[in-house]
Amino acid sequence: MRHIISVLLENESGALSRVAGLFSARGYNIESLTVAPTADRSLSRMTIVTTGTEEVIEQIKKQLNKLVDVVRLSDLTESPHVEREMLLIKVRAEGAQREEVRSLVDIFRGRIVDVTDKSYIVEMTGDGAKIDAFMGALGEHAVLEVVRSGTTGIARGEKILRY
Amino acid sequence: MELSGGEIVMEALRREGVEHIFGYPGGAALHIYDALYQQDAVEHILVRHEQGAVHAADGYARSTGKPGVVLVTSGPGITNCVTGIATAHMDSIPMVVLSGQVPTRAIGSDAFQECDATGITRPCVKHNFMVTRLEDLAETMRKAFYVATSGRPGPVVVDIPKDVTAPNVKIPFEYPEDLRMRSYNPTIKGHPGQIRKAVDLLISAQRPMIYTGGGVVLSNASAELTELTRELGYPITNTLMGLGAYPATDPQFLGMLGMHGTYEANMAMHECDVLLAIGARFDDRVTGEIEHFCPHARIIHVDVDPSSISKTVNVDVPIVGDVKHVLRDMLGVLRASERRADAQAIATWWEQIGRWAATDCLAYDRDSELIKPQYVLERLNELTRETGRDTFVTSDVGQHQMWAAQFYQFDKPRRWINSGGLGTMGFGLPAAMGVKLAHRDADVVCVTGEASIQMCIQELSTMKQYDLPCIVVNLNNRYMGMVRQWQEFFYSKRYSHSYVDALPDFKALAESYGHIGVRIEHKGEVDGAIREALANRDRLTFLDFITDQSENVYPMIAQGKGHHEMHLASERELA
Repeated sequence: MRHIISVLLENESGALSRVAGLFSARGYNIESLTVAPTADRSLSRMTIVTTGTEEVIEQIKKQLNKLVDVVRLSDLTESPHVEREMLLIKVRAEGAQREEVRSLVDIFRGRIVDVTDKSYIVEMTGDGAKIDAFMGALGEHAVLEVVRSGTTGIARGEKILRY
Repeated sequence: MELSGGEIVMEALRREGVEHIFGYPGGAALHIYDALYQQDAVEHILVRHEQGAVHAADGYARSTGKPGVVLVTSGPGITNCVTGIATAHMDSIPMVVLSGQVPTRAIGSDAFQECDATGITRPCVKHNFMVTRLEDLAETMRKAFYVATSGRPGPVVVDIPKDVTAPNVKIPFEYPEDLRMRSYNPTIKGHPGQIRKAVDLLISAQRPMIYTGGGVVLSNASAELTELTRELGYPITNTLMGLGAYPATDPQFLGMLGMHGTYEANMAMHECDVLLAIGARFDDRVTGEIEHFCPHARIIHVDVDPSSISKTVNVDVPIVGDVKHVLRDMLGVLRASERRADAQAIATWWEQIGRWAATDCLAYDRDSELIKPQYVLERLNELTRETGRDTFVTSDVGQHQMWAAQFYQFDKPRRWINSGGLGTMGFGLPAAMGVKLAHRDADVVCVTGEASIQMCIQELSTMKQYDLPCIVVNLNNRYMGMVRQWQEFFYSKRYSHSYVDALPDFKALAESYGHIGVRIEHKGEVDGAIREALANRDRLTFLDFITDQSENVYPMIAQGKGHHEMHLASERELA
């Protein structure tokens, strides 16, 4: 099962490598990991997408909590949540392709943020499935370069992860 | 009070109640060593190798319950500590390791004796710090001791760049006695509902078993464990790390469990219907094949570390909390309860256990003319008891460690000091040194083998310098015995590199360090040699016992087998 775990941790040097080291040392999967300071600059918020059996996920959460730098964590996938990933993609855009790409970008509610006579850069946010669908629609031959941010997320409603 | 960084380190140690530290100086640590020189609250023990310092601090910590403290320099100073730190980490031993680091401006420049100390130690510490600002030093020292000693204890490394300890830069000193960390709050009290559930389950048991580990020792909960176990009247087994937590000579004690545990302890584990696991972590050497582990049991697990619970074995009643607190609460609930255990069922269960115990699973050839290692340990057990003095036994790793665990009867906690988790050869001698320093009036015996002892034998020199007269019991079988045993059983007797050729003359070696060396080649000399070593209380005696080369540790559960599939000495051939 895929889980999205949000972690609040001390914004200190070494904190990221403690988390990364934990995953490699114990053989846990990381699909993606994003991290940035929060409004309170002394804390960072990390979003980890991982997969594993229920037992493994339970251990991952316990092991993360055990890290002295970790203040709090929450498994977003346990309840309704919003997850987003950002895509920046450079695509071939020449001749008839230019119009075709623009209409696809409209359909997927992305934005063209850079234009040359041969290419566009498209910016898009959404969950992983939407971004996969957009890239599928573009077709492999059109894609010049791709960068994905990895997933971030937040729980819906009253549930709040903060210190 | 204005202090330099070096002085802050020493003052923090004093405030933490540290009396002894183990270390080795070098460039990046010299400011700290200079501050050390100018005070007298903390005594420094100069080792011969940094690994020895860490094991000594570890032995000191295991035998006293106080954190062990190490001071080393940057680069090779801290890398030499890594094995010792990992050893302490696996066994949850409270320890603070202070390492010098190159000056902050030189970090990352591949400076002389520079290494990424926090990076290298990160996977084998409970936590580590690098102090880059003098203003953070005092608080970081406090945090280090707090983290190392609270919750599930463990080693903490504090890496201190040289400029932070410079003697000419002083700041006002303030020590945060009342420290709170928002990211670190170990659970102490167990959940009352879970505790009631656990007691109910225990009372309803027909075939109960109590299995306890190092957590009981770490939590100083032997008295509570003993009280609860006697109140219940149930059988109990200890892990290798837990020996001494319950008196070994008590009739309710079934001996150690696991790969080389007793037949009765392992069979009782296999057949029990309720298992109370306390401060134990279901290590693979304890459980055998997980698939066959306690197939009939409902399991209660008490542990201070939530990540230990249901890590390898799913439990029915988890209780997170400090063992001592939880045991006290369990006793309270048990005594208040009107229900009593089914006396008939428990009596039948004890009869069954008695039949298993009758196999005499630790039997060995007592008539052999050779010196059997088991015989040496039996005699050591007997003769150290005769002295009436407090005795601590440290060990290295391998066959001798298992025989010591099987044949030496530990009636008190913190008397059995060994590397259970990491299995570090070379641990025993420096650990004995740390134990002796903390317990000058007690006898300290290091049970070792001719392979293990050579991994840290240089500390014989330190033991001479600081007058730490331990007894070394070297079970010399001219083999890495446990490796040889596995090769005999599982590799068709292809003894690949398990033979130690060109051994030193240990008697002469001990003498060259200024100690007493004795070589014992005949069974008849065993008692006399041990008695003499025990009588020579002001000299270290190195007893080199030339033992039977072919002896194996029995009983044994082969890898992949369950508790019910033990092999006894009488059926030598293992699959």
